[in-house]
Amino acid sequence: MVEMVSKDNIENNTSSPLKKRGISYKQQDKIAFMILRGFALAIVLLLGLMIYQLFQASAPAIKEFGFSFIYNDFWNPIEDEFGALPFIYGTLVTSLIAILIAAPVSIAIALFINEYLPKALGNLLGLFVELISAIPSIIFGLWGLYYLAPWVKDSLTPILKSTLGFLPLFSGPSFGIGILTASIILSIMIIPTITSVCREVFKVVPSLQKEAALALGATKFEAIKLAILKPSFSGVMGAVVLGLGRALGETMAVAMVIGNSAEISKSLFGAGATMASVMANEYAEADSEIHLSALCLIGLLLFVVTFFVNFFARSITWKAKMRGKKV
Amino acid sequence: MKKLFSLMLTAFVIGNVSAQAVTKLNGAGASFPYAIYSKWFSEYSKENKDVRINYQPIGSGGGIRQLIKQTVDFGASDAPMKSKDMKKAAWPVMHVPTVLGAVALAYNQPGVDANLKLDGEVLSNIFLGKITKWNDTAIAKLNPSMKLPAKDILIVRRADGSGTTKVFSEYLSAASAEWKNKVGIGKSLRWPTGIGAKGNDGVTAIIKQTEGAIGYIDLAHAVKNKLSTVALKNKSGEFVAPTVESISKSAAYFKTSGTDFTASLIDQPGKGVYPVSAFTYILLPVYKKNQKLSEIHKFINWALTDGQKMAADLFYAPLPDSLRKNILKEISKL
Repeated sequence: MVEMVSKDNIENNTSSPLKKRGISYKQQDKIAFMILRGFALAIVLLLGLMIYQLFQASAPAIKEFGFSFIYNDFWNPIEDEFGALPFIYGTLVTSLIAILIAAPVSIAIALFINEYLPKALGNLLGLFVELISAIPSIIFGLWGLYYLAPWVKDSLTPILKSTLGFLPLFSGPSFGIGILTASIILSIMIIPTITSVCREVFKVVPSLQKEAALALGATKFEAIKLAILKPSFSGVMGAVVLGLGRALGETMAVAMVIGNSAEISKSLFGAGATMASVMANEYAEADSEIHLSALCLIGLLLFVVTFFVNFFARSITWKAKMRGKKV
Repeated sequence: MKKLFSLMLTAFVIGNVSAQAVTKLNGAGASFPYAIYSKWFSEYSKENKDVRINYQPIGSGGGIRQLIKQTVDFGASDAPMKSKDMKKAAWPVMHVPTVLGAVALAYNQPGVDANLKLDGEVLSNIFLGKITKWNDTAIAKLNPSMKLPAKDILIVRRADGSGTTKVFSEYLSAASAEWKNKVGIGKSLRWPTGIGAKGNDGVTAIIKQTEGAIGYIDLAHAVKNKLSTVALKNKSGEFVAPTVESISKSAAYFKTSGTDFTASLIDQPGKGVYPVSAFTYILLPVYKKNQKLSEIHKFINWALTDGQKMAADLFYAPLPDSLRKNILKEISKL
C-alpha cells in the first residue's frame, strides 16, 4: 500500500521522464513483459515451424516407407529405395566414441585449470581451450583429411592392431578415412564445450567442503574426488549432454573424413556415414522427389534421435540429483 | 542537417540511376564448369562494363530447380533436364553446350606407371569390387609390359551427388551389364565398395595420400596434382589418355538436329576419342526477348567464340568448330 502511494506520487511528478512521454510505470512493466514474452514465444514458434515444415517435406517418404525407413539398411538413390539405419548407427557410434574420449579429457582439463593452476595462468589456458571452439568446422575437416587421417593410418592403427587387434572393432584394413578418424575429430571439437561448462560447475562447489576434506587429512586428489567431483556429478553430466548435442549434429568435418559409405561397419577402421553428413552430401543434387523427401525425413529423425539421447542423458542427471537429496 | 540529408538523397538517386545502367544477370547450377564460367564472367564484364553476371555453383539439380522457380535468369547443368522438369518450366528450355569435360581415372600405386591401360569391362569389375589386386590377371593382360605389384586396390569415389558420378556410371553401365543391373546410372549411387570423399578435392586428397587408391575426378584436378591417369580403350580399340584434344574429339562426330544439342558422349566412335566425356550446358529459357534475355544471348555468343580459347588453360575441352557454328546459328534464330 505504501508502495502504491509512493508510485502515484512519482507518477504525478511532472519531472519524471517517463511521465513526459505519457508512459506510466504500470504500462512500462506491461510493455517489457510483452516484449520479453514475444521473443521467448518466437523461439518456440520457430522450432515448431521448423518441425512442421520438415514433417511436411518428409511426408512422401513417410507415406512410402513408413517405419521400415528406420530399420532398413540400404540407401539406393537410383532405385529410390531408402533406409536410414546405417546413418543412425553412424551418428550414434561416432558421437558415443567422441564422448568417451572427450569427457575424461575435458574433466581433467577443467580440474587442472581450476584446482592446480594459478588463476592468471588458468584463465589463459581456459582461453586457449575456448579458442578451439571458434575454429570453423571446415578447418577441422581439412586438417582431419590431410593430417589426422594419415596419422591414424600410419601411427595409430598399428598400435591398436597390435594391442586390441583381436576385437572385431579393430579388424580389417585402415585407410585413415573412417569412423575412428571422424570420432577423434568430433572429440576434439566438443572438448571446449564440455571443459568450459565443467569449469563453471566446479567453481560453484562450496570451497568449505574441500577445505574440510583437507583438514581431515585427505590428500589433494582425495579432496578433489570427494568434495568436487562427487557433488558436481549432475552438472558434469549436463556438460556432457551439451557436448553430445554438438557431436550429433556436426556435419562438415565429419563428412570430410568418415568415408561416406551407407553401410554398418563392425570395424572402427571402416567407412560409415552420419545422418547430418548424408544430408549435406546429397541434398544439392538430389533430383527425384522421394530422394529429397527421404533426406528431409533423415533430418526429422535426427531431431528425434537428438531428443531421445538428450532425454536419456538428462534422466541420468535427475536420478543422480534424487539420490543426492535422499542421502 | 537538412543539407546533409538532401545531399544523401541526391547521392542515393544518382547511385540508383547509375546502377540501373548495369544489367545484372543471375545464374545458378553445375559446379563442374565453375572455374571456366567465373573466368568467362569476369573477362566478359571487363569487355562489357554494363553487364554483371553472378553465378552460384549450387549444383545441377539446384540450378534446374531455381530456373523453374524463375529465381535466376539462366541455369546450368551437366546432365540434360528431365522431361518431367521441362514440363514444370513456364517456357521451353534450350540446352546450350558450352565446353566439354571428362572423367579421368587417377591412381596412386608405386610401381604402376602412368597411362595404365584399362578397358570398360576391367574398370567396372574393379569398381564392382571383383578385381581387388593391382596385379590381377585381367589388368596384367592389358599391360603386358608393366610389372604390377600384388597390392590391394582402394576405390575412392564421390560422396556428394555429382554430375561426374553420373557420367562415370553411364560409362560403366555401357561397358558392363553387371554394373547396369547391380548399380546403374545416377548422381548418387549405392556403391558396392570403396570410400566416399566430398568433392573432386576430397577424392584427389585421398588418392594422393593413400597408396593403392584409384578414383575418378575431373581432368583439371588430375593434371594439377600430377596424378597418373588411366588410358581407356575406345571404340576403335586404341588406349587413349584424357587430354583436352582427346576430349574435344569425342564431340567431333556428333550429329545435331534442330535446337536439340543434348547428347551422351559416352564411348563415341572415332580415332583418338576419349570415351568418358560429356557436355556441360547452359540452360537458356526461350521466351519473348527482353533486354535481359538478349544480354544472355550476347554472352553466349561471346562464350562460344572468344571464350572457347580460354577453356584449354583450365583443362576444359573447347567445342569442335562445326558444332559451335551450328549452335550459334540456332541461337540467332530464336
